[in-house]
Amino acid sequence: MAGIPHDHYKPNSPAERWIERRLPIIGLIYDTMMIPTPKNLNWMWIWGIVLTFTLVLQIVTGIVLAMHYTPQIDLAFASVEQIMRNVNGGWALRYLHSNGASLFFVAVYAHIFRSLYYGSYKAPREVTWIIGIVIYLLMMGTAFMGYVLPWGQMSFWGATVITGLFGAIPWIGESIQTWLLGGPAVGNPTLNRFFSLHYLMPFLILGLTIVHIWSFHTTGNNNPTGVEVRRTSKEEAKKDTLPFWPYFVIKDLFALAVILLVFFAIVGFIPNYLGHPDNYIEANALITPAEIVPEWYFLPFYAILRAFTADVWVVIAVDWITGGIVDAKFFGVIAMFGSIIVMALAPWLDTSSIRSGRYRPMFKWWFALLALDFLVLMWVGSMPTVSPYDWISLIAAAYWFAYFLVILPLLGVIEKPLARPATIEEDFAAHYGETGSATGMRLPGEKSGTPAE
Amino acid sequence: MFSTIIRALAALVVTTSAVFAADHYKQEITDYDFSFEGPFGTFDQNQLQRGLKVYTQVCSSCHGLKFVPIRTLGDSGGPGFSEDQVKAYAGEIEVFDRTLADGEGDYRTATPPDVFPVNNSVGAPDLSLMAKARAGFHGPLNLGIKQLLKGSGGPEYIASLLTGYTGEEREEAGSILYGNKAFKGGWISMAPPLGDDYVEFDDGAPADLESAAQDVAAFLMWTAEPKLAARKQMGLTAIIMLALFSVLLYLTNKRIWAPVKGTKDI
Repeated sequence: MAGIPHDHYKPNSPAERWIERRLPIIGLIYDTMMIPTPKNLNWMWIWGIVLTFTLVLQIVTGIVLAMHYTPQIDLAFASVEQIMRNVNGGWALRYLHSNGASLFFVAVYAHIFRSLYYGSYKAPREVTWIIGIVIYLLMMGTAFMGYVLPWGQMSFWGATVITGLFGAIPWIGESIQTWLLGGPAVGNPTLNRFFSLHYLMPFLILGLTIVHIWSFHTTGNNNPTGVEVRRTSKEEAKKDTLPFWPYFVIKDLFALAVILLVFFAIVGFIPNYLGHPDNYIEANALITPAEIVPEWYFLPFYAILRAFTADVWVVIAVDWITGGIVDAKFFGVIAMFGSIIVMALAPWLDTSSIRSGRYRPMFKWWFALLALDFLVLMWVGSMPTVSPYDWISLIAAAYWFAYFLVILPLLGVIEKPLARPATIEEDFAAHYGETGSATGMRLPGEKSGTPAE
Repeated sequence: MFSTIIRALAALVVTTSAVFAADHYKQEITDYDFSFEGPFGTFDQNQLQRGLKVYTQVCSSCHGLKFVPIRTLGDSGGPGFSEDQVKAYAGEIEVFDRTLADGEGDYRTATPPDVFPVNNSVGAPDLSLMAKARAGFHGPLNLGIKQLLKGSGGPEYIASLLTGYTGEEREEAGSILYGNKAFKGGWISMAPPLGDDYVEFDDGAPADLESAAQDVAAFLMWTAEPKLAARKQMGLTAIIMLALFSVLLYLTNKRIWAPVKGTKDI
């Protein structure tokens, strides 16, 4: 692997040499586990492990649930109740799986906002960032289709509303919608294909996750200073890094255990807190729920979708310029997908040469506002579209776009960055003091700076 | 840095089910105390048996429980019937069996493996999941704080509905609606089903409207969430194990990093 110079695996026995000559798998595992990792990573660098764990959790619980689930509109709801009542441990599997989706999104949002603050998306990690965005989009698709499977009221009407978004595309929209649903409305073909895709997409996510990890193992991790690991020699690289095993594996596992503690408290004591009561009512095409609300993790984008109503001047202008092709509904759809596209373009919109927000005095505040904006959008997405919520969502949605399209490009030009540490070693020493001989890639048990007791 | 983590976690707490639709009507839900509330609460076996009696003698004339197998009346954590009691209960129920009469279907006496019968006679909703399909507590402002503190309030909603009749009636499109303080919109098509001493309890517990309403609400929470006790048990075990595991990992992590950070080398 390119990147930071470090010691590679050397087979020590004839058996190892035999295997390594035929399939260098031990070397691959060794180099992956022992990858030099910046030693100043903070607690926001734990979400990757949480996400990987959650993906495995969802796949394992999901595969077992699929053994008992029936993707047929007259049987789906009953089969979920069958799982909850008659399958051994079925209730645990289902609650882990449904709350697992929430854990997944908590972690992915933390992971994304960490990247946005520390500039992890910037060169040379643009590919890692883009793959991450694709994974996030797949996650949203998977979660959306998974929510349809229990065939409750919110499943059915959520599917109706969201697939209806495609109907807003001019000329070809309705054909696309019919093609997606497999019929004129949400029905049995829809449930069947959603089940099939809900099973398929996690494996695409798994594949992309491997590519995601491969890409940042090539560039090396970013770190809170945004200063690169020195690559001039192995010795210098060693002063900036520690091997992933055991230093970061144990650290990440500790964080994972604490997060799982909260997760299991939710699963054990309030498993339906994050869900909607209406989804315990079987789907009924004749009765529309009082209010159709997506799951909490979709609310920020749902808010952006609803923000641009026909009385907003931008919408009126676009409608007029395009001769009515882009009406308010289509504008909302474009805004919703656009909000993720502008985020994906962050590496090219951000003109600052400084990676980490830590050394960007102005950026810090705009970023904090973005994080707050995200929470406001999430909240306002759950509120009815009446005054003052329509105004709040419009302002919040506008800020989301302004941050990526105006503020990020401008800040790089006008901002005066603070002084950065020259090396990661220096940053680490500033936190923990000089460590003398106890630096570098030393495994526990190897000769330490001071004699062991 | 921690502020970022807290912000992320706040996302979970704040927005939560958000989802609960803003309530435009003024519903009056009484926050009854139930034995199964809180992380350690479990069902009260006697209360479930009383609730079953209310369901059997009152509710079941219009409502079904199509997802609940009769045999589960004998499950631990539930009403706790003995095998004979379950059989005796099943023996008094008629269920429709599609396989009888050469595929025409016919009624027969139920057995424990059967589910409670479906009842569509007057179009009343099935009650199996009612306690999870209704929320008694909302807000404030869709922030989900009340639900976090009090639970979603399904059983409270059911009990409040049964006791919430105002006594007013009005006719609309040929059917009579009854005034109810707990029902969305204030008018419900179900006539007051329950009153003082409609049911006589075997354990001598009071059978006034408010007590009976709470008993049947507890019973319906059990039909909606029969594995509640096992679930809380799992939660508690997992928390203890993970707390222990966290402490061990914390100490391991500290020790591994000690020489690197220049802190005391253990």
